[in-house]
Amino acid sequence: MTDANQVVVIGGGHNGLVCAAYLAKAGRTVTLLEAAGTVGGAAVTREFTPGFKVSACAHVLNLLDAEIRSELALDANGLEFSRVSLQTIALADDGNHLSISGAAVSGNGVSEADQSALVEYRRRMERFAQLLSRLHKRPPPRPGVNNSGNLVNLARLGLDLRRLGKTDMREFLRIAGINIYDVLEENFEHPLLKGALSLDGVLGAQLGPRSNNSVLNALYRISGRVSGGQGSLAIPRGGMGAVTSALGVAAERNGVSIRTSSRVKCIQLDGDRVRGVELDNGEQIAAAAIVSNADPKATFFGLLGARHLEAEFVRRIDNIRMRGNAAKLHLALDSLPEFTGLANDQVGERLVIAPDMAYVERAFDHSKYGRYSTEPVFEITIPSIHDDSLASSGQHVLSAVVQYAPYALKEGWDSTRQAFLSQIIDVLARYAPDLRQHIVASELLTPVDIEQEFGITGGHWHHGEYALDQALMLRPVPGAAQYTTPINGLFLCGAGCHPGGGVMGNAGRNAAAVVLGQGRAA
Amino acid sequence: MIDRDHFRVGALRSPFHSRTERLNQFNAWDRWKDYLSARQYEDESLEYFACRNACGVFDLTPMTKHLITGPDALPFLDRVMTRNVTKIKPGRVGYSVWCNESGRVIDDGTIFHLRENVYRLCSQERQLDWLLTSAIGFDVDIVEDTNDVAALAVQGPTSCAVLKKMGLDGIETLKPFGLTYYAFEGTELLVSRTGYTGDLGYELWIDPANAEPLWDQLFAAGRDYGIRPMGGEALDLSRIEAGFLLAGVDFLPADEAIRPDRTRSPFELGLGWLVDLDKPCFTGRRALIEEKQNGSRYNFVKLDIDGNKEADNSFIFTKREKFVGVVTSAMWSPSAKANIALASLEVPYGQPGEEFLAEIYYQRELKWNRVMAPCRVVDKIFFDPPRRRMTPAPDF
Repeated sequence: MTDANQVVVIGGGHNGLVCAAYLAKAGRTVTLLEAAGTVGGAAVTREFTPGFKVSACAHVLNLLDAEIRSELALDANGLEFSRVSLQTIALADDGNHLSISGAAVSGNGVSEADQSALVEYRRRMERFAQLLSRLHKRPPPRPGVNNSGNLVNLARLGLDLRRLGKTDMREFLRIAGINIYDVLEENFEHPLLKGALSLDGVLGAQLGPRSNNSVLNALYRISGRVSGGQGSLAIPRGGMGAVTSALGVAAERNGVSIRTSSRVKCIQLDGDRVRGVELDNGEQIAAAAIVSNADPKATFFGLLGARHLEAEFVRRIDNIRMRGNAAKLHLALDSLPEFTGLANDQVGERLVIAPDMAYVERAFDHSKYGRYSTEPVFEITIPSIHDDSLASSGQHVLSAVVQYAPYALKEGWDSTRQAFLSQIIDVLARYAPDLRQHIVASELLTPVDIEQEFGITGGHWHHGEYALDQALMLRPVPGAAQYTTPINGLFLCGAGCHPGGGVMGNAGRNAAAVVLGQGRAA
Repeated sequence: MIDRDHFRVGALRSPFHSRTERLNQFNAWDRWKDYLSARQYEDESLEYFACRNACGVFDLTPMTKHLITGPDALPFLDRVMTRNVTKIKPGRVGYSVWCNESGRVIDDGTIFHLRENVYRLCSQERQLDWLLTSAIGFDVDIVEDTNDVAALAVQGPTSCAVLKKMGLDGIETLKPFGLTYYAFEGTELLVSRTGYTGDLGYELWIDPANAEPLWDQLFAAGRDYGIRPMGGEALDLSRIEAGFLLAGVDFLPADEAIRPDRTRSPFELGLGWLVDLDKPCFTGRRALIEEKQNGSRYNFVKLDIDGNKEADNSFIFTKREKFVGVVTSAMWSPSAKANIALASLEVPYGQPGEEFLAEIYYQRELKWNRVMAPCRVVDKIFFDPPRRRMTPAPDF
């Protein structure tokens, strides 16, 4: 007889850890099973070449939920920041850069009109982002199901919208579903400013600035509040692994039994109810409830099997758009390269290469046809400037998100990875001419590599595109959008669920609430 | 396989067309899926009586057919169908329905377990898209082979005798819902003891290249047994008497519905016996469990109506004239000597023996009349001869 208190969490990414910690805190007996040798999932720090450590996937913290941070005492459990409130430097190849800090922008002859437009743009975007962040803290409503909690959630959604006031509500409804290209064109003149701002709408997504949902992605990106103002960016000391290691400590202190190097082979059923899991080594672990931190496709197809689900549900899962289009570049540098026109104290900021919106759109165009961008866009950080634990003194690591690099590359990645890497370095060298001679080692993770290393289907960091048709009660699909699934006792807690990707933790926290809300024999 | 350019052809000719065309005295054709299908050859009553008293032959070729093979054929079908497909052993045929996730019937059809792990699914509507959707995650191969199989229904009391005369030795030992193979002109003839008339009868399945000799030998053998070709109208009369449903008439296929409330669950079609909720997973199961708990909306019933005015599409009322449902199929049944109908009534109405009024409009010499005909719900099938179930099958 399975202990009704026994919960297994599959996957020790940040959401799995958060979920496990809350469940254990509430008195459940929780075993967390992680396939890799350490917990962390896609929020890990690892050595990619001897002497150089880097955040292996996610590299900037912008969404971590403040309540989770305090409820799980992450600061007391070891979370520190090496840098908060990062500026964004929009690189220009002539060295005439722009620097953007929240609502303030300077450099490259940016006009007063643009400066004041940015203040208003940022005010509005931050307000809308706050609206989103309120939604993040609870499970999405389920239309068509009449229960009081559900109706309250629906009513809140409407009320939050109305609270924006007539003008802002109208503006929100106007822009939420459209593309960031149009919105930025309406507001700004400066090409470099528009290029850099447009990048926020497309990072990590299968979108160009002219794609619908790019405004939504830009809003999502600034919906957090990490050690600074709304939407500010921070870098944890010791890399992103510091967040998940603090979460791991918090989980264990709450009584979670964490087992690493324990890959789950399959979820076992008893009729239409979970019985437990079987590990790769054949070991079976009984559980009354199973919470999967894996993405929806990996959970339902890989761990469970489509035959245990009804056909329409399977079709919806199959149709989730989750092909990664972003690559991750890691460079080990023997000393800091010189970026043309960039002051020494600026190199540690967030550097972006997105000279104008047409450039970004062109970069995206390639990916539509299964090709990588010959002129890619970048989000670059050199975290070792703020943190000497990542490389020995004087040496540095550069971590960059490079787009676009489609998962389903026409020629396949094996034969093209080197060519793409060299293309990337060429583009970077336009901004930092001496870069090549400083490179000691490099690593390029394509979406295929990300899929393999982190077990994310399609190598999509967010476990699925964030879009109107894949958000809220539609995320990952209707019928599994409230962290429950058609299988009794099986729950989801990953980024594939509401609210979505990014190192935020709300999916894990909401999922735990749902598991607990269903009573002991959930 | 279906030709990609199939839509360029107005209507396909069945492989039996050279024969049926000659017999179709009024050139009366219906369109059945892509095919021309005889509405009647000579007289629908004669054809109906041939089927009930001798032997009627219906060209079944246009029936949508799928061949389902591969290691997961059985688990796949078991996940599609509401019934337990495991129970259909090789050499057997089973009737089934399948549902969408709301537990509403998409279509009904017959599953032929042709050989170990080789299945044929016959359906009223085209189902390839649904089957392929349902196949995600299964190692199964599905083709629609409607055009690759010629088929005839041979139905009626002398059908067994005709087939014996044709040389199908031992056919009388084939049990209802059984299937067997014979050699025919160098090819394989599949014979199943199935049909859509509720009588003793068989269905013959063969390579289209051998369709014409099959027809010729069948009719030669049946000359002394009252054999007669039968059109769609006569078949429809037979199936109503037998209480068989017709998709698109007695229920709306769920994937064609624009208004989801117009669709019906198996329980609401009197097909609860086809639903096996003990299976851990099939599409519609969760919804059907919920329906079982919360109750269905409709009862599907057989009505015996006073008088002889056919009750097509009649509204059904209680004696106090409260509307409770509609007739979906109706006819005067010569065999049962009764005015019969199939009807969908709102729950809780429709218990056996319950009495209602059928509002019937009918015309006599261009004058329309209305009658509120008393009717009652009956339990047993209108026409159900013992020979239908007898093995060995009687000669007539």
